[in-house]
Amino acid sequence: MTDTTQTTPTLRSLLAESPILVAGLSILTFWLLVAIFAPFIAPFGPNENLIPMAMPGTRVPDGRLMLFGADHLGRDILSRMIYGGRTVLTYAPLATLCAYSVGVTLGLLAGYKGRWIDELLSRFADLVLAFPVIVLYIVIIQKFGASGLNILIAVTLASSPGIMRLVRGVVLDLRTRAYVSAAQMRGESTLYIMFVEILPNARGPLIVDACLRLGYVTITIGTLGFLGLGIPPPTPDWGSMINESRHFALVFPHMAIFPCLAVSSLVLAFNLIADGLREISLAD
Amino acid sequence: MARLIAQRLFNSLVSIALASVALFLIFEMSPETVAADALGQYSTREQRDLWLAANGYFEPMHVRFLDWVRRCVTGEFGQSRLYNRPVSEVLGPRLWASAMLAMLFFSFLIPLSLGLGIAAGMREGSLLDRGISLASILTTSVPPFASAVLLTAIFVFWLGLLPGTSSMVDGFRWKELILPAAVLLLYDFGYLARITRASMADVMQTAYIRTAVLKGLPNWWIILRHALRNALIPPFTVIMLQINWLIGGVVVVEFFFAYKGFGSLILEASLTHDLFLLQACTAVSVLLAVGTQTIADIGYGLLNPRIRVAAVK
Repeated sequence: MTDTTQTTPTLRSLLAESPILVAGLSILTFWLLVAIFAPFIAPFGPNENLIPMAMPGTRVPDGRLMLFGADHLGRDILSRMIYGGRTVLTYAPLATLCAYSVGVTLGLLAGYKGRWIDELLSRFADLVLAFPVIVLYIVIIQKFGASGLNILIAVTLASSPGIMRLVRGVVLDLRTRAYVSAAQMRGESTLYIMFVEILPNARGPLIVDACLRLGYVTITIGTLGFLGLGIPPPTPDWGSMINESRHFALVFPHMAIFPCLAVSSLVLAFNLIADGLREISLAD
Repeated sequence: MARLIAQRLFNSLVSIALASVALFLIFEMSPETVAADALGQYSTREQRDLWLAANGYFEPMHVRFLDWVRRCVTGEFGQSRLYNRPVSEVLGPRLWASAMLAMLFFSFLIPLSLGLGIAAGMREGSLLDRGISLASILTTSVPPFASAVLLTAIFVFWLGLLPGTSSMVDGFRWKELILPAAVLLLYDFGYLARITRASMADVMQTAYIRTAVLKGLPNWWIILRHALRNALIPPFTVIMLQINWLIGGVVVVEFFFAYKGFGSLILEASLTHDLFLLQACTAVSVLLAVGTQTIADIGYGLLNPRIRVAAVK
């Protein structure tokens, strides 16, 4: 396991190689900065009640501008969008990370150990995959209630079988390689071989999959919020904002439009990054 | 071949059996909550105990499980608390309504995605190919709930062309199905088009297509007779596997447009803690998902000569 010398890519060479990767990274960076500096950017607090149903461009008495208007409780839509970025950029990566920790561990076990462990884990994956994903979410949230933690649990349960299958497939291919046999000869432990010898060599397809999955999880968190199963109010969350605006959609559509554009641009960023990475890995 | 089919069917049966154990454990593990859900939260302790005794909940676990399976198989899911009618009576029309939506969706999805995918895959790297790739990455990034809002804003709020709800209060109207189907289509067509494109591009580079070109066969003949048959195997599998995903999109769309279908029913059942209705909906959705996965597996084997031959050996 020696890394060949890698030259750090400059932005210009990256732009030439994959413009869509740069585009995706730019959108993601934008939202990350917005989320980190939310209190400095947002003109109002996320739960500050000002003028209900204010049209975009309305000014509050002290002169501050409500660029995107206010919702039915008089909360500034732009400020809630900015703080909502924090919510989704906390939960989506966290949920993806949880799903990956479980999925990768199980996939390494199933692929490397094989035999009855593989049989058992694959059966379990089949079982979870027999449920339509949305039904899993609905049943879990109905049973345990809507909260941030339960969303993490639900996403982990629903996505880790897919990750496990992916990892298992790659490991089945890698486990017969010479460096694995060499490690076995040296008497390395199973854990060491799995995580230090095999996992780093499986990273290529995993990184692309992780970016795509970040996009899916962002959609999932949005969908749960939209269906009223997400992070409970008054936490600003894009999906919940759209849910709350449903009843006013025919008279006051911009209340939902801005959060919709926000969530779409973030998902687009993840999809572009995944596509760009795939392009680069195919070119190599 | 028969062995392959038998093996796939057996796998599906195992999945369904395991899923039913899981469902039983999730829903029926604690009789207390079952009684509370069935009788409502204002029922007294005595009422709940009487109900539990009358419905055999004090029997041992395995007896209860077998009885529960029997009721699921025969469709006696019990009484829906929300609608105050047997669950099976509620379920039927709702499933039919969603089937209509799904049919409309597929009848546009298949020609559109396959057509675009084949056109793009025939000439890799052409302007059309790049255009389709870009369009599909953009549309698959807009979640169904967002495109529902955006399409409603455009076609209902600004243009006033289409109805904004699909509750069908004045009887069935196709016009009310357009927006829900369009939302599903917008999110999904790009994915299927990309799969078709990749598969078509692969086929176009094979030796037998090169041979056909070198023989001087006309282009349309090559595409129709030699390329399509093999290029359409992966999209077929993907279309079948879509059903699992489609249920998710259907829940969102039916909820947004107030369409009385299966998707909105399952959400209602969950939000109102209508336990027997939720059980029935979950069971039906698992059957749908496993059933289509099985068809996809078997169909893949039938369509792909290599797998068909390998299965015979």
